Amino acid sequence: MAEDWQNGGFGLYIHWPFCQAKCPYCDFNSHVSREIDQFRWLRAYLSELDRVAAETSGRVLNTVFFGGGTPSLMDPDVVAAILERVRRLWPTSNDMEITLEANPGSVEAGRFAAYRDGGVNRISMGIQALNDRDLQRLGRIHSVSEAKQAFEIARKTFSRVSFDLIYARQEQSLDDWQSELKEALSMAIDHLSLYQLTVEQGTAFGDRYNRGKLRGLPEDDLAADMYEVTQAICADAGMLPYEVSNYAAIGSESRHNQIYWRYGDYAGIGPGAHARLTFEGKRHAIENWRNPTKWLETAEDGNGENLREAVSPEGQATELLLMGLRLSEGIDLARYQTLAGKPLAGTRVETLIDIGMIEVENSCLRVLPQGRMVLNSVLSELLVD
Amino acid sequence: MSTDLSKIRNFSIVAHIDHGKSTLADRLIQETGTVQDRDMKEQLLDSMDIERERGITIKANTVRIDYKADDGETYVLNLIDTPGHVDFAYEVSRSMRAVEGSLLVVDSSQGVEAQTLANVYHAMEADHEIVPVLNKIDLPASDCDRVAEQIEDVIGIEATGAIQVSAKTGQGIHETLESIVKDLPAPTGTLDAPLKAMLVDSWYDAYLGVIVLVRIMDGTLKKGQRVKFMSNDTLHSVDRVGVFRPEMEMVDSLGPGEIGFLTASIKQVRDTRVGDTITNDRNGTEVALDGFKPAQPVVFCGLFPVDSAEFEDLRDAIDKLALNDASFSFEMETSAALGFGFRCGFLGLLHLEVIRDRIEREYNIELITTAPSVIYHVYMKGKDNTVGEMIELHNPADMPDMSKVDHLQEPRIKATILVPDDYLGDVLKLCQDRRGIQLDLTYAGSRAMAVYDLPLNEVVFDFYDRLKSVTKGYASFDYQMEGYREDNLVKMSVLVNDEPVDALSMMVHRDRAEQRGRAMCEKLKTLIPRHMFKIPIQAAIGGKVIARETLSALRKDVTAKCYGGDASRKRKLLDKQKAGKKKMRQFGRVDIPQEAFISALKMDD
Ligand SMILES: Nc1nc2c(ncn2[C@@H]2O[C@H](COP(=O)(O)OP(=O)(O)OP(=O)(O)O)[C@@H](O)[C@H]2O)c(=O)[nH]1
Ligand SMILES: C[S@@+](CC[C@H](N)C(=O)[O-])C[C@H]1O[C@@H](n2cnc3c(N)ncnc32)[C@H](O)[C@@H]1O
Ligand code: SF4
Ligand SMILES: [Mg+2]
Repeated sequence: MAEDWQNGGFGLYIHWPFCQAKCPYCDFNSHVSREIDQFRWLRAYLSELDRVAAETSGRVLNTVFFGGGTPSLMDPDVVAAILERVRRLWPTSNDMEITLEANPGSVEAGRFAAYRDGGVNRISMGIQALNDRDLQRLGRIHSVSEAKQAFEIARKTFSRVSFDLIYARQEQSLDDWQSELKEALSMAIDHLSLYQLTVEQGTAFGDRYNRGKLRGLPEDDLAADMYEVTQAICADAGMLPYEVSNYAAIGSESRHNQIYWRYGDYAGIGPGAHARLTFEGKRHAIENWRNPTKWLETAEDGNGENLREAVSPEGQATELLLMGLRLSEGIDLARYQTLAGKPLAGTRVETLIDIGMIEVENSCLRVLPQGRMVLNSVLSELLVD
Repeated sequence: MSTDLSKIRNFSIVAHIDHGKSTLADRLIQETGTVQDRDMKEQLLDSMDIERERGITIKANTVRIDYKADDGETYVLNLIDTPGHVDFAYEVSRSMRAVEGSLLVVDSSQGVEAQTLANVYHAMEADHEIVPVLNKIDLPASDCDRVAEQIEDVIGIEATGAIQVSAKTGQGIHETLESIVKDLPAPTGTLDAPLKAMLVDSWYDAYLGVIVLVRIMDGTLKKGQRVKFMSNDTLHSVDRVGVFRPEMEMVDSLGPGEIGFLTASIKQVRDTRVGDTITNDRNGTEVALDGFKPAQPVVFCGLFPVDSAEFEDLRDAIDKLALNDASFSFEMETSAALGFGFRCGFLGLLHLEVIRDRIEREYNIELITTAPSVIYHVYMKGKDNTVGEMIELHNPADMPDMSKVDHLQEPRIKATILVPDDYLGDVLKLCQDRRGIQLDLTYAGSRAMAVYDLPLNEVVFDFYDRLKSVTKGYASFDYQMEGYREDNLVKMSVLVNDEPVDALSMMVHRDRAEQRGRAMCEKLKTLIPRHMFKIPIQAAIGGKVIARETLSALRKDVTAKCYGGDASRKRKLLDKQKAGKKKMRQFGRVDIPQEAFISALKMDD
């Protein structure tokens, strides 16, 4: 019998936790550090790869993703050595997708060719804004022109390049965003990630917000309007909203992220990396030490994980829903039922259908564009006991 | 042990809330050495958790102290510390029946307040000698001359030489004790007569069973004696007799004029009736004491468990609390919206809050409290244009169809409000808004005393809060029930998303219905969280909508970013949302938070 994860595929995530500067809005596991012994890190990554591969040997690996932090600060030789080891450890699919997150600085741009030679075939670049005032407000250390240059170099070097923008920023009007988005679409190749600014607790923005000092953020209604026009404008340009914040031409979706959302299996290596891996029919949630030094030392001692626990079938059903409903393709209800041991039904589900938030068609449950804007509410309705 | 009558003084300590009764009791207890200094704590007699937490007295408490006076004689003093809050006025009036005098404590930085007056009236009714005590003289704002003058003006008792006391520092305590001995009368009674004792109070004790507080009028009460409770002719064998110091101390007997307790293996507080007369089982007294009017609950509301599985636990908790509180009534109630619960009756809102808190805390049951209501008298139409039977309506949800109703009557109260001149206008407006009829308005110095006839239903809910806020806390308020009167009352229902929510329906005066309806809808709009669809909120009388608001739909609630494969983070968020949902009740498609049922009714006039 096929195991559930095979519905989603198998990918590998590698976390690089360092950045040149910490952005004030960012709550990812990213740190600024002066001295980084990259070859010491490489040895740790390789040893972790060996360990995880031993548990998952024989599986066909579909994707690799270098995320961060700023992986474009990694020495290309380190990236190449990791990829070489990966190929030795797992059989890989012919068209394996290998993505690297890059910041749009000139230093990084200089390394693109070397990454390509090491095996990277897709770049995801954090451009964030297309005007200098907003880049400054976001605390970014690059300008729009630097970003555009970096992007040009990237698209000449790689056939697949995506970039990220953050919108619903301070003092941004609906018009401002519409014209910026159109400019972005004129640059874009076939993939874009468009995130609404989220004020996270524990960040500089979070502190400022708590003190009432982060002004001009859009009210929910404006943010909702922005989200609506974003979906419409992108769809018009042939970039379909295939996930809450991701837009792509058909066939150009990020395959690695789709493994998460389709609730496949993924290994995670590096500080704070998460994984879901099935061993002997049991899916496990795995977390690595979040602190970079702690992870490095434990990985050197043979295991960087700090948590590994089985996820119950009902827990998996919940996770399937949480991840899967982010995708416009939705989830397979039969798959849900197999995991949950009971169908997803009840008056709350009917109400959601009734008010046009979700639809059910041929055993497929999809969240409609209306519902995607209030996905958290939809989910809590679906999952309330 | 019978004490010479001339050496006994029995008195209650009465005052407006917070004027320092319990603190004065502390000092009297301490000065006479009744309790060792190391065992002393503030407001020693407020022993219930809820009393200590809120810093108020709820239950009257009795203490017996021995005092060696300046005349060289030792006196037995029985003091009863009473609650100040109007909800517990019943405790005060019945305590007064057991004693001959009252210490009337007045905060000398505040002056005469509404409960000061109310207590004076009770004391006069009980033929008490009243000794005024000016307290808190240590405070900079203390003004004894002014307050003494006020006592003379407003109350009409001599106060020029009133004792000046600080219950905090102990100043004037000795004078107070001397005055008790000199100015209060000794009790009277006959030793060689059949036992005649007043059942002043009773409560349940887990070890001893029901404890009965008694005042001996004639004869003696002894351990081992067989006694009869005259109201229901039940016989009991007394197994303990004692006094409070304030700990229980066993004695062999109590004689005329003394106050103490008995136990007689009585299982339930219900088997004792306060105000009852206790006598010998044979050859007892012929004439019973007058008895007390029982305390009647005046405010009703529904209590429902948030988790419907806890209904049986709630029943248990309510049973246990009622055991010790005769003024609290309950009956089962079912609500379409809230499921199974209890309709409970209370002496007032504070009483309601106290009981609710105790259930939540001592029994660990989360509750939904519905809108407080009063008892309406609904007169049904009879045959041929006559008036038919009268139904007591405790719950607006049970209101019969209006076409079958001839007319309605509501309970009215007589309210006395004391307020500094500056705020009088606001107070009069508030009373006017609440359909009050002015009965009297007099002045004493810079304070006004307004007496109003008010419908109880306009007062039970938030009148006191509003009064406090419009007068910045300078007004005081007291009331008594005045009977029923007809008025144009209607039932207002509330519809959320077109579904009636029975727990929110209420009786209102027809002329005030639109205003109440509007306020209610506006309030609910802020209390119900936005949903994925827009929600009409309406108030209606019969089928006619009189107010309407629309809660717009939630438009954005989504996590924008993707944290790699961190599904656990998403699950945590969801768990938080689910916990929030648990605190709500579903009505049709709408989740209403439980606090909405009470908050929706608070009017900001
Ligand atoms: N400064 C000062 N404060 C006092 C004095 N007497 C009482 N207080 C304070 O006044 C507050 C109320 O005192 P209580 O003794 O609880 O008053 P009470 O009259 O028993 O109150 P209720 O039983 O709730 O009606 C407390 O904070 C006391 O500490 C006094 O003589 N001087
Ligand atoms: C893991 S981050 C890092 C990518 C890369 N280091 C960079 O900054 O260009 C991935 C993306 O998440 C988005 N992001 C990070 N913090 C965000 C926030 N608080 N609100 C919205 N989007 C955010 C940014 O668009 C960012 O490019
Ligand atoms: S947004 Fe990117 S560059 Fe900025 S701190 Fe986060 S990971 Fe680093
Ligand atoms: Mg007190």
